[in-house]
This record gives sequence, structure tokens and C-alpha cells, in this order.
Amino acid sequence: MKFLRILILIFISSNSFAAIEYHKFIQPEQEATYKLLTKELRCLVCQNQTIADSNADLAKDLRRQVYEMLQQGKSKDQIIEFMTQRYGDFVLYNPPFKAKTGLLWIGPFAFLLIGLIMLIWVSRRRNQHNELTENELQKKARIKSLLSDEAEQ
Amino acid sequence: MFKYLAPLVLFIVLAIFLAIGLNLNPRDIPSPLINQPAPDFALPVLNQPGRTLTKHALIGDVWVLNVWASWCVSCRMEHPVFNQLAQQKLVTLVGLNYKDEEPAAKQWLSQRGNPYTIVLQDQEGRTGIDYGVYGVPETFIVDKKGVIRYKHTGPVDESDMQNILIPFIKKLQAEIE
Repeated sequence: MKFLRILILIFISSNSFAAIEYHKFIQPEQEATYKLLTKELRCLVCQNQTIADSNADLAKDLRRQVYEMLQQGKSKDQIIEFMTQRYGDFVLYNPPFKAKTGLLWIGPFAFLLIGLIMLIWVSRRRNQHNELTENELQKKARIKSLLSDEAEQ
Repeated sequence: MFKYLAPLVLFIVLAIFLAIGLNLNPRDIPSPLINQPAPDFALPVLNQPGRTLTKHALIGDVWVLNVWASWCVSCRMEHPVFNQLAQQKLVTLVGLNYKDEEPAAKQWLSQRGNPYTIVLQDQEGRTGIDYGVYGVPETFIVDKKGVIRYKHTGPVDESDMQNILIPFIKKLQAEIE
């Protein structure tokens, strides 16, 4: 019964691709490149979607462009160059490391480093604080033991 | 003292970053085409069946390329501004009718007035891709050598036209070829 249910679910589920148009590829490598590229290129209309996910008209046109260029035998790098020449680095989901995008790449690590330094600094100060109280505790314990020794005698 | 000052400084820095972020327009993506030769095209001319125009026909003059479509709502907003520009007879105004139907485009122009010196039809949006068009309306200013010098994304309003575009056009027209 459970098996049947799973089977039914498998049949009624489908991969949701916004890319509704059908592109025929003769070479499987080209299809793989197409899938890879459409997931790396940003749709500039709906900026938080890739052109593979977006249903915007521009995304459709850009998918067509990628497909046609692959059919012409263009490489992945040539297509990326074509897109960045027209739309700038913003079209790439992974912007290249440049002076302009440096903060974008280094920023998170820099903040992590600052956080770590702060953490070490704060915990060191606290440790010093704890050492003092530990010293005091030891003293207290000694006093206690001395006192109890006295009481026993 | 430092104990109290540090969070305040941190807060101010964060506030400045957020303020800058909020005031940036995410739609305004810097075009890599500025100071690059305007991409070539060969497009059919609206209302003149059989005629195609290429970029080379426009070299030697400053020209404005305005990307528009009848389905584009904000194009209606900027249209009167371009009608006014046309009345001044200051510059060649090329309309790029982007991904539009011919009858709809013709009707739109007859209803709202046609400010364009010439209207090119880019029904498949290929020239649009070459010009990095992503949000209609867009306006480019091209100099006498055929180099893109300025790009405006989104509708051009009265003040953009008077304060930015027209002075820029005049500046480019004064340049020696």
C-alpha cells in the first residue's frame, strides 16, 4: 500500500523548470553546458532569479541566445564573455574577483576575522577575571580547611 | 569609556552602510557599453516597408536611441518628454520598438504622437540583447563617432531631460568629429 502511494507520488510529481520551451541537443555535453550556463546567468528583470528559473521575457530571450550560441559551437567562456560585454558582471551569479568586487568576496571573511579576534579578546579578558576569582576560591577553600582542621583538633 | 563608545561607533558605521544601501537603485545596473562602440544592427524601419537601417547610416551625427514598446507602461510616462524634445529639433531621435507588434506600435504612435526621426523594429529583441536592454524604457546617447556615451535606464522625466540629457547632447554635438 505504502509502495503504491509512493509510486503514485512519483508519477504525479514533476521537475519544475520555468524553462518551458524545448531545446533539442544532439550532443549531451552541450545540453549539460546549457543547463550549467542558464543556472549561472542572472535574469536582469527579476534580479534574484537565474535565467533558468525566470519566466520573464528577457530570460526567455537569453536562454534562446545561449542555446543558439551552443548550436553554433561556441564555448561556455565565449557565451559568458558575450553576456558580460552586454550586461556587465552583474549578469553572473558568481561575479569575478576584481578590485570592484573585492569587498563582496573578502567582506564576509573580514567580518568573520574581526568577530574571531573580538571573541578571543573578550574571552581572554574574562579568563583573567576568572583566574582571580579562582585564586580567591582557593584561598577560601584553604581557609575553610584550616578552620575545619582547627575544629577537629 | 571605550566600553560605551564602541557599540555607538559600530552602530553608526552600520547605519551609514544601510543608508547607502537603501538609497541605491537596484535597477540601475552600470552598463559596460558606456564608451564602447554602439553595437551594429540592421533593422526594418517602421512605416517604410522594405527599408532597413544600419548603425553606419547614423555615424557623423549625435543620435539618441530610445527603446520603447506599446506594452511598456512607463514608456507612456516619458513619451511627452520625448515629444517635447522632438519639437526642439535638436537631435536625431531613433526609436527602437522592442519586442512589439507592428500594428500595436503604429497605433501607439498615432495616438500619442511620433517624436522619432526613425523607428526601428526589433521584434525578436536581438538588438535589445546587443545593447544590454533589460528594462524598457532605456535611452542611449551616441556620439558622432558612433560610441555610446550615456545610458538612462527607466523613464526619462522632465528634469532628467532638461538637466542631464539635453546638456549632454549639446556637449557631444560641440565635440569635433
